[in-house]
Amino acid sequence: MTLLQPSGFIRTGARKFASAPLSAKFGMAVIILYVLTAVFAPHLAPYSEAEIVSAPFDPWSAQFLLGTDNLGRDMFTRLVFGARNTLGIALMTTILAFSIGCSAGLAAATFGGWTDQLLSRLVDVLMAIPQLIFALLLLSIFGTSIPTLIIVIAILDSTRVFRLTRAIGMNIAVLDYVEAARLRGEGPIWIMTREILPNIAPTLIAEFGLRFCFVFLLISGLSFLGLGIQPPTADWGSMVRDSATLITYGDITPLLPAGAIALLAVAINLVVDWFLHWASGLKED
Amino acid sequence: MKPIAKIIGQRVAFGALTLWIVSLIIFAGVQLLPGDIATELLGQSATPETVAALRKSLGLDVPAYLRYFDWLSSMLHGNFGTALSNGRDIAELIKPRLYNTLLLAASAAAISVPLALVGGIVAALYRNTFVDRAINVVTLASISFPEFFVAYILILFLAVHAGILPSLSDVDSTTSVLDRLIAMALPALTLAVVVMAHMLRMTRTSIINLLGNQYIETARLKGLPEWRVLVRHALPNALAPIATVIVLNLAYLITGVVVVEVVFVYPGLGQLIVDSVQKRDIPVVQACSLIFAATYILLNLTSDVLSIVMNPRLMHPK
Amino acid sequence: MVKGYDYSQLSAVSRRRFLKSAAAAGALAVSSSSGILPAFAQDVIPKKGGHFKIGVGSGSTSDSLDPATYYESFMYIFGHSLNGYLTEMDPNGNLVGELAESWEPSKDAKTWTFQLRKGVEFHNGKSLDADDVIASINHHRGDQSKSGVKDLLKTVQDIRSDGPARVVVSLTEGNVDFPYLMEHYQLAIMPAKDGKADNSGVGCGGYVLDGIDFGVKATAKRFSNYWKPNAAWFDSIEVLAIHDVAARTNALTTGQIHAMDRCDLKTVHLLQRNRGLELTSISGTQHYVFPMFVDVAPFDNVDVRLALKYAINRQQLLDTLLSGYGQLGNDHPIATSNRFFAKNLPQREYDPEKAKFHLKKAGHSDLKVQYHASDAAYTGAVDAAVLYQQDAAKAGITIDVVREPADGYYDNVWMKKPWSANYWGGRPTADWMFSTAYAAGAAWNETHWKNPRFNELLIAARSELADAKRLEMYTEMQGLCRDDGGAIIPVFANYVNAMSTKVGHNKIGSNWDLDSFRCAERWWFTDV
Repeated sequence: MTLLQPSGFIRTGARKFASAPLSAKFGMAVIILYVLTAVFAPHLAPYSEAEIVSAPFDPWSAQFLLGTDNLGRDMFTRLVFGARNTLGIALMTTILAFSIGCSAGLAAATFGGWTDQLLSRLVDVLMAIPQLIFALLLLSIFGTSIPTLIIVIAILDSTRVFRLTRAIGMNIAVLDYVEAARLRGEGPIWIMTREILPNIAPTLIAEFGLRFCFVFLLISGLSFLGLGIQPPTADWGSMVRDSATLITYGDITPLLPAGAIALLAVAINLVVDWFLHWASGLKED
Repeated sequence: MKPIAKIIGQRVAFGALTLWIVSLIIFAGVQLLPGDIATELLGQSATPETVAALRKSLGLDVPAYLRYFDWLSSMLHGNFGTALSNGRDIAELIKPRLYNTLLLAASAAAISVPLALVGGIVAALYRNTFVDRAINVVTLASISFPEFFVAYILILFLAVHAGILPSLSDVDSTTSVLDRLIAMALPALTLAVVVMAHMLRMTRTSIINLLGNQYIETARLKGLPEWRVLVRHALPNALAPIATVIVLNLAYLITGVVVVEVVFVYPGLGQLIVDSVQKRDIPVVQACSLIFAATYILLNLTSDVLSIVMNPRLMHPK
Repeated sequence: MVKGYDYSQLSAVSRRRFLKSAAAAGALAVSSSSGILPAFAQDVIPKKGGHFKIGVGSGSTSDSLDPATYYESFMYIFGHSLNGYLTEMDPNGNLVGELAESWEPSKDAKTWTFQLRKGVEFHNGKSLDADDVIASINHHRGDQSKSGVKDLLKTVQDIRSDGPARVVVSLTEGNVDFPYLMEHYQLAIMPAKDGKADNSGVGCGGYVLDGIDFGVKATAKRFSNYWKPNAAWFDSIEVLAIHDVAARTNALTTGQIHAMDRCDLKTVHLLQRNRGLELTSISGTQHYVFPMFVDVAPFDNVDVRLALKYAINRQQLLDTLLSGYGQLGNDHPIATSNRFFAKNLPQREYDPEKAKFHLKKAGHSDLKVQYHASDAAYTGAVDAAVLYQQDAAKAGITIDVVREPADGYYDNVWMKKPWSANYWGGRPTADWMFSTAYAAGAAWNETHWKNPRFNELLIAARSELADAKRLEMYTEMQGLCRDDGGAIIPVFANYVNAMSTKVGHNKIGSNWDLDSFRCAERWWFTDV
C-alpha cells in the first residue's frame, strides 16, 4: 500500500513527471496552457469580453479568428475569457465539494454507528431531492451571485462525493492494519488521514477528474433554468447553450466551447490515469 | 445473513423518516419561492382581485402549516390528493408518467451498464495502450457535452440525415410495445451516452487500483490469463465503488432527465415536476418528490447491501 | 353600424377571389424582409382530409379545458379549434362576426346589442341561443371568478337576452371598441347547463375534443355539423407541446409535425434553405418593452428617460435579436397595422450625443442603472439587455444587467424592480392596449405613469364615435407615450412560423401566431 506524505509527494511527483508517459505529458501541457490562458486572458484576447465587434455569426477570418457569436462578439475572445471564468468556478466548486464530501465520508466510514447513520441519512435527504429542483429552490431563495453559485453546486456535488468516499472507505476501515492502528490507540483523525485516505486517494482523484467536468455541465444545466453566471460574462457551458441549435444544421460553432471543455476533460483524466497507474504500485509501464 | 436483515429493517425505518423530512423540506422550499399557484396560473393576467379569488377557491388562505398537516394526513391514508391547478387526481396523473420514466431509465440502463462494465474491463486490461486511450477519449468527450447537445447531435445524424429514428418520442397509452421502443430509442441512447463514461471510468479505476495487490500477483503467478485475473480476482473486490457509481447513475436516470424529456418531448415525471414547481402546485411537487426520494432510498439501500455482500470483512464483522 | 359578415353568401370560388384580392392589397403592409415570402393567397381549391399536427412552444401539465384558465398558445390554439367566439379578426385585421351575425351600439356606446347567428350547433347537439352567450360571459364575471378577463369585463354592468337570438350588454361607460373584446381567446362561447356555462370542452367550433394529455398533446376530430362552410378542412388535428425550439424545428424537418410557431430567429436563415418548408413572417402587435418606474429615481426625471431612449440602438436590436423579422418601435405600444397608428410621429433613432445632452440637462454627467432581465420575459431578453448595455456605454450610461431566474420572474421582478424586461402580445385596439398598461390606476401600469392629459384623452377617445377625431386623439397619446412615458419600446417582433409546403393557406392573420391561432380552421392539405 502506498503512503502519501505531502512533502515526499511533491519530490516524487517531480521525479516521476520526467518519466511520465507521453499521454500524461500531453495532459499536463494542456492543463498548463489552459491555466495560462485563464491568467493572461485580457492580454491574449484581441477584443474585450462583451464588446460587439461585428454582425452576428461572422465566418472565421483573420480579423475574427473563430468568427463571431449570436450577438456579434468575437468567439475567440469569449473562449479565452470563458477559460478564466469557467475554470476558476469549476475548480473552487470541486475543491469545496471534495472537502465537504470527503471529510464527511471518512468520518462516516471511520466512526460507523450513529455518526454514519446520521450523515448517511442527511445525505439521503439531500440526494433524494432532484438536483435541478434543489438548485432551483436554493438559488431562487439565496440569489445567483457567483459565491452562492459555487456553494450551492458544491453542496449538491458533495453528496455524491460522500457516497463514494464512504463506500470505499468502509472497505478499508475494516482491514487489519486499520484495526491495528485502532488498537495502538491512534485517534480517529490519524486513522482517517494516515490510514484510510492514502488508500482511497486514487479512486477519489479519478472521481475528482470527472466531477470537475460535471460542474461545467451543471452550470449549463442551470442556465437552462435561467440561473447561472451573470451576463455578459463568458462561460463555456452557457456558450454551448447559446449556440447549440446551430448543430442541427451541421454548423460546428457550438463545438468550439464544447470542444474546449472536452479537451480539458481528456487532459485532466490523462494525468489522473497516469497518477492512478503510478499509485496502484504496478511496475509495468 | 443476520446483519443484512437487520440493516435492511433499520434502513426501511429510516427511509420512512427520510421521506417525511423530504416532504417537509420540499413543502417549505416551494412555500419560500416567490409567488404562489394563484399568481403563477394567472401570469400576466394576475390582478389583486383575481389572485385573491383564486387563492380562496384553492384553499390557500389557510395557513401553510395547516395545509401541510392536511396533506400529510391524506397521504397517510394513501391518498395523493388532487392537483391544485386543474383538480385532477394526482395518482392518475402520475401513473402513466411514472411508467414512462421507469421504462426510459430501464432502457438507458440496459444499454449503458453492460457497455460500461465491459468497456471498463477492456480499458483496464489494455491499460495505457491505444485501445484504453481511445475508449477514454471518446467517453470523456461525450460527458463533456451537455446532454441537450448530445441529443441534438444524435438527432442530426439518426433522425434528420439517416431518417431511421423519430426525433419526437410521441408515446401514449395506446402505443404498442414495439413502437414505444422505437420512439424511445433516441432519448435512451442520449441518456446512455451521458451516464456511461462515469461508470466506465470508475470500473477501470477501481480495477487498476487493485492490480498492485499481493493476491493479484499470486493469481498471475498461477499462470491465469490476464483477463481472468481481472474478472475473477480484481473485479469482485472493486465492486463496491462500481456499484455506488452505477446506483448514482441509475438514480440520475430516473430523477434527473428533465432536459432529455424536454428535447424529445417525452412525457415523463421530470417535466411534470418542473411544470409543477413553476406553477407552485405543491401537492403534485410533493407526490413527485416522494417518488424520487423513495427511488433514491431504495437504490442506495441496494448499493449499501451490495457493498456489504461484496466485502467478506463487512459481512462478518468482529 | 352593423358590421356583420355573412359566411353563407360567399361560395367557395367567390370567397377565394375575395381573399386573393384582399391579400394582394394587404401584401404591402406585410414585411417581406430577408426573402421570407409574405403570406400570399394561393390559387388552389382547399380540400378536405388529413391529420394535421401542430407543434407549439408552450403547454403545461397544469393546463385545463376551462376557458377562464387558458394560458399560452397551446390552449389558445386548441381552444380556437374547439370553440366559437362572438367576433373574429379576419386575415386583413378587420373585426367580423363569428357567432354574432351583427351588432349595434347605442348612441353613447354604452349599450351593445348582438344579433346571434342561426343554425349554430354545439358538439353535444344543443343549438346556440342567447342563454349560452350570457352564461359564457358571466363565467368570467363576479366575485368568485378567477378568470384572466375578469378585469376586462369589469365595465359590464348587465347582460341580458332579448329573445333567443339577441344579447344586450350594458356598460358603465361608453366603449366604441367593445365588440373587439369579444374575440378575446378566453371568451369562448360554451353551452349553458342550468344557467351555468359547461366548461368541459364542449364548444361549437370546427373540431370536437377527442383526447387531451395536458402539457403533452391534444387531439380533435372534425365536427360534422359545423355551421361554417369552407372551414375546418382537416379530418382531425393534433396539437403537440414542444418547448424546445430545436426539437420543434427537427420535428418539422423530419415530417413529424406540419406546422410550428416561434421559429428560432438565430438559425432561421439556415431553416430557409429547406425546400420542403414555407416560412411566414407576419408583423403583428407583439412588442418588447423596457418599462421604467417614473416615480423612482433616476427615472423620475423625464430627461433621464429620454437619454435612455436615445441610448438604445433599435436597428441593431432588430437586426441581431430578431434577424430583421420585426419593425422598429417608437416608444409607444401601437403597431403600424393599427388604424390609429401615428404615421407622422418621427422615428426615434440611436443618438449617443442626444442621450448625453439629456443626461446633462438632468444634471448627470454619467449614469449607472440596474436593469433586470430574464428569458422568461421573452426569448432573447438577456441578449437584448447585453446589446443595450454596449450601446448605452457609448453615451456614458452604465447599465448593470442583472439576470434573474426564469422561475417566478413575473412575481419577483416584473413590476417589482424599477427597471425590468417585459413583452406584450399586444392588443387589437389602441384603447385596449393603453387601458391595460398605460392608464393611471391600471393593474398592469408597469411604468407607474400618470399623465393627466393622456388619461383625459383615453377616456374621451373611448366613447368617441367619429374616427377622424379618434385618430387625432390617439396620435397625441402616442406622442405623449413616446416623449414623456416610462416605457422604452425598441422593436415590434413579427410572428415567424414555419409549415410544410404540403399545407395550403390563404392570407395569414396578423393577430397572433399561426394565423391568429386559427390555423386548424383555416388551413388545409394540398396533397390529399
